[in-house]
Formats: sequence, structure tokens, C-alpha cells
Amino acid sequence: MIALLLPALAVVVTLLLALGLASVAAGPGRQGRLASRGSLLLCALGGLLAVVQLLSGAEASSLSLGIGLPGLPLHLALDGLSAAFMLLLMLTGAAAAAAALDDHGQYDSTAPFFPVFLGGMALTLLAADGFALVLGFEVMSLASFALVLTNHRDAEVRAAALLYIGMAGLGAMCLIPCMALLAVGADFTFAAMRTHPPEGWRALAVLVLVLVGAGSKAGLAPLHVWLPPAHAAAPGHVSALMSGAMTKIALYVLIRVLFDLCGPAQPMGWGAPLVLLGALGAVLGGLRANMEGDVKTVLASSTVEHIGLIAIGLGFALAARAADLPGLATLAFGGALLHALAHGMFKALLFLAAGATQHAAGTRRLDRLGGLIHGMPKTTALVLVGAAGLAALPPSAGFAGEWTLFQAVLAAPRLGGLGWQVLACVAAALMALAAALAASAAVRLIGVAYLGRPRTPRAAAATDPGQPMLAALAGLAGASLLVGLFPGAALRLLGPAVQQAVGTGVVGHVGWLTISPQADTAGYTAPALAVVLGLAGGLVYFIVRRWTVSGERRGPAWDCGFGDPPNWLPFGDPVTQYGGASFAQPLRRALATSLMQARETVDMPLPGETRPAHMKVRLRDPADQYLFALIGSWRSRVSHFADFMQFLTIRSTLAVMFCALLILMAAVAALEQL
Amino acid sequence: MSVVVALLAQLLHIGLMLLAAPLVVGLIRKVKARLLGRIGPPILQPWRDLARLARKQPVLAENASWVFSGAPAVAFTATLAAAALVPSFALGMTGAPLADLLVIAGLLTLARCALGLAGMDVGTAFGGIGSSREMMFAVFAEPALLLVIFTLSLLAGSTNLDAIAGALHDGALGLRVSLGLGLIAMLAIAIAENGRIPVDNPATHLELTMVHEAMVLEYSGRHLALIEAAAMLKLVVWLGLIACIFVPFAIAPAGAPATAWGLGLLGWVGKIGLLLLGLAGFETAIAKMRVFRVPEFLGIAVLFALLAVVFLFVSQGFA
Repeated sequence: MIALLLPALAVVVTLLLALGLASVAAGPGRQGRLASRGSLLLCALGGLLAVVQLLSGAEASSLSLGIGLPGLPLHLALDGLSAAFMLLLMLTGAAAAAAALDDHGQYDSTAPFFPVFLGGMALTLLAADGFALVLGFEVMSLASFALVLTNHRDAEVRAAALLYIGMAGLGAMCLIPCMALLAVGADFTFAAMRTHPPEGWRALAVLVLVLVGAGSKAGLAPLHVWLPPAHAAAPGHVSALMSGAMTKIALYVLIRVLFDLCGPAQPMGWGAPLVLLGALGAVLGGLRANMEGDVKTVLASSTVEHIGLIAIGLGFALAARAADLPGLATLAFGGALLHALAHGMFKALLFLAAGATQHAAGTRRLDRLGGLIHGMPKTTALVLVGAAGLAALPPSAGFAGEWTLFQAVLAAPRLGGLGWQVLACVAAALMALAAALAASAAVRLIGVAYLGRPRTPRAAAATDPGQPMLAALAGLAGASLLVGLFPGAALRLLGPAVQQAVGTGVVGHVGWLTISPQADTAGYTAPALAVVLGLAGGLVYFIVRRWTVSGERRGPAWDCGFGDPPNWLPFGDPVTQYGGASFAQPLRRALATSLMQARETVDMPLPGETRPAHMKVRLRDPADQYLFALIGSWRSRVSHFADFMQFLTIRSTLAVMFCALLILMAAVAALEQL
Repeated sequence: MSVVVALLAQLLHIGLMLLAAPLVVGLIRKVKARLLGRIGPPILQPWRDLARLARKQPVLAENASWVFSGAPAVAFTATLAAAALVPSFALGMTGAPLADLLVIAGLLTLARCALGLAGMDVGTAFGGIGSSREMMFAVFAEPALLLVIFTLSLLAGSTNLDAIAGALHDGALGLRVSLGLGLIAMLAIAIAENGRIPVDNPATHLELTMVHEAMVLEYSGRHLALIEAAAMLKLVVWLGLIACIFVPFAIAPAGAPATAWGLGLLGWVGKIGLLLLGLAGFETAIAKMRVFRVPEFLGIAVLFALLAVVFLFVSQGFA
């Protein structure tokens, strides 16, 4: 029965890809419904298969299909690592597909790409040779590019999609040579690559290429620039899938290459770039999540933050494995995996809710929302569950993941050497900074968009979404609560993946209820914490019922005696309450002036002028400014040079060609000498 | 039997925390008033204030949602859970295996986020100003706190507060420069987290100068009583945290008979008394700083905490 899991999953992938074609055949108007329903069914099936694989001990199985390139049939494999990520993919996929059932036809035009996107991601996970991996990865990139373009009439969406496809091209440009370098001395199958791990400059090149190729897709700083605009531009269920699943698929590729294909003999230093880039991304993403004024951009920036945290865990796991510290490696990798799972759940929930909010209130801008808790009580309650995870509040899923990651970093000085020790303590401080920034961003997001007074009539009239969307949100909230309350059980479920990546299982330190950093120390027992909170809550309830006056009265807000608003403003003047930009002000002045070059310019009219005063805030992502602006200037220099070469006189052109020929012949002669 | 003793210690500890919290605040106010040459309110005044608020029916703003009325209970519950985990007179209480420093920090963050949301719920400018500033302070306090935890976990090999307090109580770790640096950082964090002078002024009457009080401006009745009680409890949590880590004397070790609790209790009262005398003196001697100086104040805390960790690395490296 277990042997049939891989063929069954291969069939699921095939059916997902075929579903895309089938829904095209169904024609406009019906294709969205068919694609969503089919994807929901197939994702549920795939998730079930992944759980069975994980529970059965995740014995690796492989399969060679007769199709593919000449001489290179398509190889598929299923092991612990791919099963763990498959579970995450199928869970978020099912939720996103269920939410898409509630789309009222506005995403119908690109609906056929949705199952293809899912299929591409699943193919990446099942791939067991370089070609299949790149094929799956590129199907995923292109399908998601098409999905981002759903609302292509908006110029912003087109710009975001252009940036996205550019970055996807860069990723492919790095990933393909990376696979080729791994295949040197072997062939393109993973089994052969494992027997010939890269060494010397080849290993270094593989590290850099995979960091750029997969890291750019995962949103690893400083290559995260595409992520906030693309996630904001895509429809809600697509951005949920991109943030919840696609970034994790990219991390899977990173893990597959660095932990598996490169073999265990790589130096400790390999972990350092992951830790450094992760810490950079965690702080930058967290800060940006406090600055942005668009609900989905805020969520996407926070994705950059969480990917950074996961990357820190992966970096320390890599270093610990090289230093032969299996306990630390297990803890760090387990923390990264647990946080990836938790993030997949609560971030998908938040993105779906953001989509529902946009549909209900007609905007994603924080300064046009507000007071949604009154019109959308169910959505707000579910969003609070997700935001608790984002802010890593105990006992949410996010806290469990971050607790494990923190324990790994606190244990990291065991790696030895002052360099690693200082790196660990800096990483710990930056992680704490990122966690506090995330908490602030969560309070800002909920406080401005869902609480307070409505800022527009549309926001005042917003209502809860339909049943499918609510069911998807509730399912994700339930799953994330389960992961939060039983992180030990979740980690044991993911155990085969940890076992495979770092060579030691998690069983020693992780009970069904408790996660401990070491075998004999106290750890984090989430169910007990929940019981303590429940008892304390019961005590508070008792005190309040017993000793205080019951009931309450309603009156106008006190607001320090601020006068009642005039009658034509039923919710008061919207600008007298704190908005997104004002909530960001303290952090903008304290942190963002240096990290993001925040500049405020106030345009104050003179006395007697009737125009309104304006305050403009300019923010720059340093990655944008220092990396991408630089690349842009190189690009224009190259194109200027090409322009110049194009319009040479005929004499010069001939001279250039002659020189080129000479150089080429000299090169050939030199190479023959070797 | 020892399970029963541990449970008894835990229950006594929770009772002590609930009783002591208003008294500590009353004492600080009294000492501050005496230092300023006033007689000051009676020490029991915070208790009376809580009782008075409990007797009053709360007035809610017209557009307040359930977040507004639920947040005080969440904040108090989370703070109470944290208070239950920070040992006072005895180690080895029932909750000891749960008393992870990261969990305690997380519970306090939960309380802060609940109140931060409540500040935004009615949609007034004062609530927003308080919430945003409170969250900013936390952004700077958290890294410093984590670095202190880093130092402690390096020394004691665990982030469990009971294990750390036990290791420091045994005296095997000796006197460490890192602990001194960590103490300075911890004091600064405690001042910021509890909104004491110079970071925030708990007794001001001008709304614009307030942070915490601005955030909860719309509250009244039992909701306000819960918030005030949570703030008092939080102060005791922080004082207790500092006492059991940095002054680990006279606490009854895990497994000690119940007779050792008397000494532990006396020791705890003495330690908390000294800390609050120091706090009152410090608050009297210093002026409140501008909001945007607070990041610098907490930046110094981060620096000290970082020094503590690095000092530990260097000294262990050469030992």
C-alpha cells in the first residue's frame, strides 16, 4: 500500500496539470468553478497521501517515468522531506481552492492557471532529477506569473508582474547552472548527484547559485524586492498560496540542494550566509510591515520577515550538522520546519482574509478601512487567530515555531569559535527585534483595518464573506491552533524530514506534548500553558463575577472631552483617529530614518490659504536602493554600449569583427595547449 | 506528598502575588511622596481604588467592540499566568517546568498586544498614540531582554527560570561581570516595560505626556480595575524576576520542606522592598524624557546586554 503512495501522488500531479487544460475546455464562466472544485478535491487527496507517507515512517520510494528528455526519463521520488512540504502545500492549496469558490467570477479569466500552479509546486516536490525539478519550478513560476496578472488592467499590477517575472528569470538563470554543476561527474538524477557531492569552487558556486536561484523565490533578503508588490497584486487566494506555499517550495529546493544533494561533508561556514541573510530579511521585513499602507503589502513584508527567521534556523542547522552536533542540528532544523508549517497556516489565513476584506470593503488601503469588526465579525475573529501567530503570541503556532528557533540560536554558541558565538548572539538580538516588530505590525494591521471607526462608507458597509471563504478561514485557523497547541506532535509528524536532512531524528527531545532543547531539560509544553491560561482566565472570570458590578452602559467616546462629530459624519471625522501612517510614526522616526531612509516632508499652507496641509513620507527599501538601483544602472550602461556598437561605421564594425575572430582563435589555440 | 507541597507552594505564591501587587504600588507612591516632602496617600490606597472601580458600572463608547471589553481580561489573565510562573519564596512549584523565560516574555507580549488593540478599538487619537508608542518601546526592549536571556541560558544551560534561579542560588556560577551588566540592562527594560519614569509617567495628568495611560483612556469601571490590577501585577512580576535571578538569596530551593518558606518569604519581602525603595528614589531623582529619547535609553540597555554576552564568550574562551 505504501509503495502506491508515490504513483498516487504522481497521478494527483498529472490530474492537477490536466485540470488546467480541462477547465480551459469548459470555457469562460465555468472554468473558475471547475478549477477550484477540482483543485480542492485533488489537494485534499494529496494532503491525505502526504500524511499517510509521514505517519508510515516516510520510507523513500522512487519512480522513473518513460517520458521526458531523450536519454533522461522523468524521475520522481517521495521521501520524508518532500512529504513534509507536500503536506504543507496541499493544506494551503485546499484552503485557497475552497476560498476561490467564493470568488464571484472575478478571477475566472486566469482560473485555469490555478491547478497548474499547484501541479507545478507538487512536481517540484516530487522531482528526483535536475530536469524535473527545474521543470516543476518553472511551471510554478509561469503559472503564478499569469495568476498575478489577473487584474492586468491595473498598471500597478502589470509593473509588479513584470518585476516578478524578471526575478523568476533570474532564479531560473541560477537554478539551471546549479543543477548542471551538481551533475558534473554524475548524471542529472539526484541519486547520482548524491554520490558525487561538489567540492572546491564548484561547491561554492552551487551555494551561491542556489541562494540566488531558490532564495530569490523564497523572498530571502536582499532578493525580496519582488515579493511585496507581487503578493499585493495577486488575488487573495493566489497570494495566500504564493506566501503560504510557494515560498516554502523555494525553501524546499534550498534544503534539497544544501542539505541533501551537496552531501554532509560541506564546511561549517555554509551556514553563515543563510544566518546573515535571514537576520537581514527578518529585520527589514518586520520594519517594512510596520511602514506599508496596504494590507497585503504589510502581510507580504511580514512573509519576508518569517522567511528570514526560517533561514536563520536552516543556517544554524547546516553549521551544526557540519560541526557534528546532531542535537543542535535537529533542534534548528526542526524549529525551521515547524515555523514553516505554522507560517504556511496563519499567513495563508491572513492573505485569504485580506482578499475577503478587499472584496467587502473595496480597498486594501489601511487609510480607507477601519471598523470592519462590526460588519465582518467572523472574519475579524479568525484574523485575530492568524495575527496571534504572526505576532508569535503564546500559545499560537507562531510562538511554538519561534520558541524552537530561539532555543536553537541560544544553543548555537556550542558551535564554538568566537565568530559563531557572536553571530549567534547578534542573530538572537535581531530575531527578538523582528519578533517585536511583527507584534507591532500585527497590532497596527488589526487596529487600523478591523478596529476603530470606518474611514469610508464602503468600509462601514462591509459584510462577512460567503460560506466557502469562511470555511477556508476557519479550517486554517483550526489547523494553526492545533499546531500551536500540539507543536510536539506536529514536529514528530514532520520528524522523517528532519531525520533525512540532518541525519538524526527528533524523537529524543520532542514528546507529543513537550518540546525540549535537550533531552533532560524543561521545555515548552503548550497544552499545559493553555491549561494555565484557562485556569487564570477562570479565576479572573470568578473574581469579576463575584466582586464587581455587572452590566455596562454605552455613551459617546470620552476622547478627553473632544466634541461630538457633526451629524453629517456619522462615524466622526475619519482623520481624527490613528491611521496606518500615524501608527507607524514612532517606529519610522526611531528606526526607519536610518534603515529605510524615511523622510517626512510637511507642506503647511500659510495663514489665510484654504488648501489642506499635506505630509509626505518617502521610504526606500535598502535592497531596492543599493542592489537593484545598481543593477539598473549597469543594465543601462550595457545597453548604451550596445547602442554605441550598433551604430559604428562599417570600417569599425569590420575591425571589431576581425578582433573578435582573432581573440576567439587565440582562445581556441590556448585551450588546445592545455 | 511533594506534589501536594509543590501545589500548595504554587497556590500560596499566586495568592501572595495578587495580594502584594497593589501594596507594592502603594508603597512606591508613599515613599515617593515622602521623598518629595508630602505625606502621600495611605499604602492601601491602590486596593481602595480597585474596590471603588469594581463597584462602578463601566461606560463603553458607542462603537466599542468585544475586543474592547475582552482585552482587559486577556491582559490580566496573561499577566496573572506570568506572575504564577515567576517564583517568589520557593523554587520547584507546580508551574516550574513551564516557567520558561521566553514563555514569560511571550505572555507579557500577549498582555501588551491585547491592550494595544484595545487602544485602537474606539478610534480616538489618544488610544492610537498610546498604542503606537507602547509597541515601539517593546521593539527596543525585546532585543535587550533576549540578550539577557542569552547570558542566563549560557550560564545555566537552560532558559527555564526555575533552573536558572536554582543554578544561581547554588552559587556554583560565582560572581560574574556578565551578571552585573545583565542586571543593568534588566533594570532599564523593567523601567520601560512598566512605564515608569523616565520612560513614561504613571501619575501624570496631561494626556499628551502619557503612553500607557493614553492607551487605556477610554476605560472605566471593572475594565479599568482589571487593567490597573494587571499593571500592578506586571510591576511585581518584573521586580520578582530581577529578585530571583540577580539576588538569588534566601529563596527556598526545590524540594525543601515547607518550613523553609518562611525564610524565603522574608527574603522576598526584603528584596522587593529594597528594589522598590531604589525605584522610588530613582524616579524622584530623574525627570521624564522625551518619547524619542526612549530608543536611546533602551539602546543603552541593548548595549549592556550585548556586552554581557560578549564578556561571557571572551572570558570562557580564555578560561
